[in-house]
Amino acid sequence: MPTIYIDGQAIEVKQGENVLEACLNAGMDLPYFCWHPSMGSIGSCRQCALVQYQNEEDTQGRIIMGCMTPVSEGARFSLKAENATEFREAVVESLMLNHPHDCPVCAEGGECHLQDMTVMVGHRDRRYTGKKNTHRNQYLGPLIHHEMNRCIACYRCERYYKDYAGGKDLGAQASHDHVYFGRHEEGILESEFSGNLVEVCPTGVFTDKPFLKQYSRKWDLQSAPSICHGCAVGCNIAPGERYGKVKRVHNRYHDEVNGYFICDRGRFGSGYLNSKLRLDYSGIKKSDGSFLAVHQKQALETAASWISGKKVAGIGSPRASLEANYLLREMVGKNNFSAGSSDLEATLVGSILSILQTTTAVNPSIKKMETADAVLILGEDVTNTAPRVALALRQAVRNKAFELAEQMGLPLWQDAAVRNLAQDNLSPLIIVSAMDTRLDDISSNSISLAPHEIATFGRAVAGALNGEKTDDPDVISTAEILKNAKNPLIISGSSMGSQDVINSAVEVAEAISKPETMLSFCVSECNSMGSALLAQDGGVSLADIIKRAPKLDALIVLENDLYRRGKRSEIDQLLDSGIKIISLDVYENRTLDGSHLVLPAASYAESQGTLVSSEGRAQRFYPVHSPSHERLQSWEWLLELAKLTGNKKLSKLENLDDVVSTCAKDNLALKKIVDVAPKNSYRSSGSKVPRQTHRFSGRTAIHSDVSVHEPQQPKDHDSPLSYSMEGLNRDQPASLTPFVWSPGWNSNQSLQKFQSEVDGPLKGGSSGVRLIASSSKGSKVFSESEEFELKAHQWHLVPAHQIFGSDELSAHTEEMAELAGRGFIAIGQKVAEKLGVKQGDGLLVQHGDVRCSLEVKVLSRVAKNCVGYSVGYEETQELTPGCLVSLQVDKDWRRTSPEVIASDKTALGHIASDGGGAYG
Amino acid sequence: MEKVLTRNISPGKAPTDIAAYEANGGYSALRKAMTVMSPDDCRQVISDSNLRGRGGAGFPTGMKWSFVPMGDKCSPGHKYLVCNADEMEPGTFKDRLLMEFDPHQLIEGMILSAYCIGADISYIFIRGEYVVAIERLRAALADCYARGYLGENILGSGYKLEMHVHPSAGRYICGEETALINALEGKRANPRAKPPFPQVSGLWGRPTIVNNVETLCNIPHIIDRGADWFKGLGVGEDAGTKLFGVSGRVKNPGCWELPMGTSVREILEDHAGGMQDGLQLKGFLPGGGSTDFLTRDHLDLAMDYNVIGKAGSRMGTGTMIILDDKTCPVGMVLNLIRFFAHESCGFCTPCRDGLPWSRQVLEDIENGRGKKEDLDTLEYQIKYIGAIGNTHCALAPGAMEPLQSALKYFREDFEHHISGRACPYRSVGGS
Repeated sequence: MPTIYIDGQAIEVKQGENVLEACLNAGMDLPYFCWHPSMGSIGSCRQCALVQYQNEEDTQGRIIMGCMTPVSEGARFSLKAENATEFREAVVESLMLNHPHDCPVCAEGGECHLQDMTVMVGHRDRRYTGKKNTHRNQYLGPLIHHEMNRCIACYRCERYYKDYAGGKDLGAQASHDHVYFGRHEEGILESEFSGNLVEVCPTGVFTDKPFLKQYSRKWDLQSAPSICHGCAVGCNIAPGERYGKVKRVHNRYHDEVNGYFICDRGRFGSGYLNSKLRLDYSGIKKSDGSFLAVHQKQALETAASWISGKKVAGIGSPRASLEANYLLREMVGKNNFSAGSSDLEATLVGSILSILQTTTAVNPSIKKMETADAVLILGEDVTNTAPRVALALRQAVRNKAFELAEQMGLPLWQDAAVRNLAQDNLSPLIIVSAMDTRLDDISSNSISLAPHEIATFGRAVAGALNGEKTDDPDVISTAEILKNAKNPLIISGSSMGSQDVINSAVEVAEAISKPETMLSFCVSECNSMGSALLAQDGGVSLADIIKRAPKLDALIVLENDLYRRGKRSEIDQLLDSGIKIISLDVYENRTLDGSHLVLPAASYAESQGTLVSSEGRAQRFYPVHSPSHERLQSWEWLLELAKLTGNKKLSKLENLDDVVSTCAKDNLALKKIVDVAPKNSYRSSGSKVPRQTHRFSGRTAIHSDVSVHEPQQPKDHDSPLSYSMEGLNRDQPASLTPFVWSPGWNSNQSLQKFQSEVDGPLKGGSSGVRLIASSSKGSKVFSESEEFELKAHQWHLVPAHQIFGSDELSAHTEEMAELAGRGFIAIGQKVAEKLGVKQGDGLLVQHGDVRCSLEVKVLSRVAKNCVGYSVGYEETQELTPGCLVSLQVDKDWRRTSPEVIASDKTALGHIASDGGGAYG
Repeated sequence: MEKVLTRNISPGKAPTDIAAYEANGGYSALRKAMTVMSPDDCRQVISDSNLRGRGGAGFPTGMKWSFVPMGDKCSPGHKYLVCNADEMEPGTFKDRLLMEFDPHQLIEGMILSAYCIGADISYIFIRGEYVVAIERLRAALADCYARGYLGENILGSGYKLEMHVHPSAGRYICGEETALINALEGKRANPRAKPPFPQVSGLWGRPTIVNNVETLCNIPHIIDRGADWFKGLGVGEDAGTKLFGVSGRVKNPGCWELPMGTSVREILEDHAGGMQDGLQLKGFLPGGGSTDFLTRDHLDLAMDYNVIGKAGSRMGTGTMIILDDKTCPVGMVLNLIRFFAHESCGFCTPCRDGLPWSRQVLEDIENGRGKKEDLDTLEYQIKYIGAIGNTHCALAPGAMEPLQSALKYFREDFEHHISGRACPYRSVGGS
């Protein structure tokens, strides 16, 4: 470890890092703008200037940029030298030439990196007396608000959006002090990761648009460490609440999972939490079919009377916590409990779980996936099924660039230089899928095959790796690439609905026979893996419950819209079978409509619990605010109910810790969940960790519109977090960090004060516990090709998952629904020509007696005899993967206007009412 | 004096075509190199000749080439030679003359230079407005391909080279070699951070040499006649001849080939004919818009890189801009700063936002709104923007050169603007 000297102080630094990183690691405050820990250095803002001296005698030195200067043994720098401080101040003074003085009305105010740096360099009085440059702002879609006048041209947005996230439609334009960051014309940003611009921008150019509609200052938000419920990846998030509303979601750093970035579903998909369609009160169905609102107590008593001593079954949910699922299973007994996925999904995820428990391949974290130097994806459109993983794969393909840079001795943080050197050289990424995927732009080979052919392809690659002869050039080249890779990664998942595809992925991974081989699966929901772990210990299928329904007295449905799990006719039959249906959920759905008693469940933002991500990482989420109205957390409802019905085992449990430890005792595979997060009794410096910032305002008057009496702060009996501003948000375990803030660092850049080192794990460790231990046994998968016989004019129906739209709850968010559009049928160019339809026309899709009319989406590549359908949309609810459909032009179809899409129309109205912007 | 670079160029004479070029010894250096000299031999001659880059920085050409990985040390793939013909320095018009009137001299120089570094693809990155030069170079390239000077197996040597003319979309910054490379790649013309230098990672990430037109035009003559001959051409410290130019209110503005080390006085008085009647020399920028002013005290200095450097300026492109005593120095500097502020690529803060700040202060002073503190602000800006290393590339420090030297030599003029609340030159019929 080299030693460098900063203002005479010797500090040990990491070989190969730059001086800015060294200063930050040493806890020094060196201002910066353009540098970003995950994007490296380009040297554009010139803010992190220091003076470097030749030797001890040198008193003059020269200005260098910390981010562009590698550390070297004995090098001498000064942060405090007058020419350095004067230079840094001059940089801010010139950045301020055109920056508007709109902090009081700027959404970034109070968490603005530019504000922090301005204060840090001491700039106060402006000398510039000229006019300020102004820009026109653009409409960028429903998620991101654009205010170009605030831009300080640090180039972070462009580097994040284009270079890091692979976006094509936002970049730097024009030159000199007219540089402009935006799209070539107004329109919705195409990237599924556009929301990170909000956090990447050091000032208020890109801000969270839905947040602006219900804005609060950062310091007024109450936050809690949470886990995204949008998909199975398990990204760490920090939602912020005020006045009982979740106002926004920020990324919460986890070095092994999401790092600094989350997808737009995760960031913007929580709007449904504030919807009027949330359930506030319990309801008992009256004879006329409407619901009578009742109090908690009455609801619980009613439920207890329906289930005490009766034959009761329970249906859990892959979107509910492990604890709630466990309690329900304990209440009804394993033989009366179904985990709540569709039977196909349950089988697939169950098999994925047992594969991960037995395979010789490594089950990687997302960070680990970024080290892959060759990737094979079988069947998944990762950007739509596990979005954050896709962002990691965009980094993995850059390993070729890093290899070239290392050969040249170029530090990897020299971002522009590494990119210039590598140009279009990418590590191989082979995508075998039924149709277009959103990673095709970086793939070395995109192969279009029907699901059963994907499995055949996978097996052929495994065969080739095992020395079998083949003539297929794609198979040969894929096998060759995987064989030669140091860290090959195979990705598959459940989204094709095909066991065969999953099995073939295992065969490939194990045929590589290299200990570094990684194998990862995408599964559908935030706790799919948790459900599978529970199901391993017993449980029955959904079909079984449906079959036995007439013999039951009651059924408890936990956070589950059963219509998304099975055929409509079967679910109708289940709900109408004459038994009492008790449903707990957060948002209106058809299953609730068909229930006899509905209990309002607290949302993820009002609940505590554990989720198990697709990599088997158990992570705890905490309530951001206490449940509103008469909602209870699902596990609380169930525990109360268990107590009322005299369940001996469960009656002893007092709080969530008790539930967790009992669950861990009962389930061998879950025994480590007690270590996921600190116990309720944990205290940081003698007190609970505050959810509120120390500047939280209006605490005593926050409900004064209702009552002038100061209410007591809600108590949190189940976690070491408090609904308070008292206490320290420092030095606690990482799983208990609700927000980041450090003196002088009000923006999210204060994160570096919480990291053990730049880009490293948090000081409190990496949170969560991995439950799936790898093994050396090797999986025994046995697969054989399924044979299909297609009649003329028939197509295989292949699921096309959509980041905006396929997930049940987030799709209820206004902005998500707008981006999701209508349910569609995706066809290839040739089929479109044959049928005589264009993008936006309508097709009648028929499978047996199921008929639906869907919008046509024309894709650039679709496997022969295949068509895709948008999964999880109202319009496609009756379609199932793998069925054979016929297509017919819908003569009655009405196209939406091709010129203006729906979002643009709202935008025009919106901008006009703003009284400004491009149309103002 | 023997004309070297302009031996085929005379006022009124038609541009040199391939036949005329060959008739006057053209392509003999190429023949020599392709038959009896290895790339190593050729590079050695160039190193020995002390040829220094004529684009402005004066970096020794042989040394620049020596950083290109050769033979086994180079990973397999292309190497590139790029001619920087994006002549946009204010007051500079020497490369245009060479390209319009003797395009084959440049092409021969490029083939030889490419041969020296083992390049197989070469580009002439040329200022878009030079339409005549573009047309003549393209015609000349066609002739070269036809004669076997370009393409596969040049003159039977086994060496192959392709050459393209690439007109610039037009920014001053494209003259910075790494910005030029980005522009050639179709990217924003922002300079790149160095290291790595283009010699190891340049165009498309491959080893690349970027040389100025005039530098490349010297190569055939040095290969042909040797390093000692070339060194003998200079009359001062530096080797060879140079195209010197003069613009401003002199009797005979123009461009002449003269030995390196010719004195400023000789260029100004003998060739440019001295100042126009009624005007006195007040100062001059010796090598283009981004060099420091020198004054009458420096008239006897030799135009050599080090001599001009020691006097506090730079030889730059060797094309002088003359300031007379009836022209406002503040206005002249403002005009230059306005140009540089506009030509900033917008990448780094001191240049993008610092130069417009200087421009605004100068506008205030020139228009009679100046304040006493403005001179301190200008000094502050010079310190902030003017040092190499403070900025991402040399554009902004270059832009500060005329300003800082104007403040040094013509400070009274600035003060008169401020105290008199007006530009004193406007009332005496100046610019």
